Amino acid sequence: MAQTRREMLIDPMVDNNPITLQVLGICSALAVTSSLQVAFVMAVAVTLVTGFSSMFISMIRSQIPGSIRIIVQMVIIASLVILVDQMLKAYAFEISKTLSVFVGLIITNCIVMGRAEAFAMKNPPVDSFIDGVGNGLGYGLILMLVGVIRELFGSGSLFGVTILETVNNGGWYVPNGLLLLPPSAFFIIGLLIWGFRTWKPAQVEEREYKIQTVEAH
Amino acid sequence: MSENTPKGPIRRFLDAPADGVGKTVFVAVTLCLVASMVVSAAAVALRPVQAVNALKDKQTNILQVAGIYDPGADVVEAFQAFEPHVLELANGTFADQFDPATFDDRRAADDPATSIALDDDPAGIGRKGQYVTIYLLRDNSGAIDKVILPIHGYGLWSTLYGFIAIEENGNDIFALQFYEHAETPGLGAEVDNPRWKALWNGKRLADDNGQLQITVAKTQPAAGKEYHIDALAGATLTTAGVDNLVKFWMGEAGFGPFLENLKAGDV
Repeated sequence: MAQTRREMLIDPMVDNNPITLQVLGICSALAVTSSLQVAFVMAVAVTLVTGFSSMFISMIRSQIPGSIRIIVQMVIIASLVILVDQMLKAYAFEISKTLSVFVGLIITNCIVMGRAEAFAMKNPPVDSFIDGVGNGLGYGLILMLVGVIRELFGSGSLFGVTILETVNNGGWYVPNGLLLLPPSAFFIIGLLIWGFRTWKPAQVEEREYKIQTVEAH
Repeated sequence: MSENTPKGPIRRFLDAPADGVGKTVFVAVTLCLVASMVVSAAAVALRPVQAVNALKDKQTNILQVAGIYDPGADVVEAFQAFEPHVLELANGTFADQFDPATFDDRRAADDPATSIALDDDPAGIGRKGQYVTIYLLRDNSGAIDKVILPIHGYGLWSTLYGFIAIEENGNDIFALQFYEHAETPGLGAEVDNPRWKALWNGKRLADDNGQLQITVAKTQPAAGKEYHIDALAGATLTTAGVDNLVKFWMGEAGFGPFLENLKAGDV
């Protein structure tokens, strides 16, 4: 085995992060990071779904026919997502009200499918579970980083607790409305990727082409 | 286990290559059955808890809009202060054939038997229920103190559902609050901002001639500032949506007849 279990869990945080290195799951990262509370619940939900879907898929991996494997994976993932959605509606109603559409969209989150197809189909259940949880946490880490920046400077609060009193509420801070709109998450994730790759130059991809010098005649 | 041990049918089936037609069909059918059972079991088992949550959320919002919400108190108990009625919109009288405890406004608004399709539809709701549930709040002497009326209409991305609390004279607004919407956080979702909601308190619906004047806009209408609620900055379309839905529901097509009855003291 090339990787220890510890590495499987830690690797996806920085070295093999699903968002900054694999550039997967960007869509939901744009949508749910305008408030930290929502981002946190989303991160937990994705971690659970990725972990358990990888585990279940891995358990039946030798029985899954190649011709319908994607659909089999989707059915397992979708069932787990519905379970999470139902649990949220029952026990965290307030949060599910703000999150409901995006919980459903975990089904189409590339990270879940990506781990199922790339890892769980070839590895034993416990390893797959750890790998899934690790990738979910890596996704969650970026979500929280982006969420902190967006909520703090967009609404002047963290987890709904006011940090910078905004002008609307009689304070001094003029919030940056752009940060509340999805495109701002693109900029922040772009800057994070830049930061990560400056810190760990090994993540920089090789150029696919080389700019040629043309001599003037 | 030696090579020659006879294998049972299950073992043989599991060992068969996964790509055969029989195996493919078997895996697909079994998986779908198991998954659907798990999902339905969860949905059925959790439904009662979810229904309680949804009801509690609505009641909390009604308490809030009436200004008597106390976070420490039990919501269900506090809600006993209200007297719910099912109202027939067209003539503004109570339709006592319906039990307000079981009447479902949204289902009634979708049912062709109890709703009408709107041709003139400024609020963007498509169909209007003929019956809606309203809540009366009486003071200690038994006289009506406030009426809580449900309103809804389309904003930018979503239908906003909310309540408006009107004083006993049928013309003064006490408060307005939305309990369900999906407007842009920080812009349209500022309809939830307490400071903006506070602007509604004390505004008037119609002028002395009975003309509906209430306006949500950037500039003050000619009628005067007691009919004006300032627009939400950066949320032009949500503001327009709120303006339209309030005008629609407070007008003739909405609660107009009921408010007339209220003014005349016939409720």
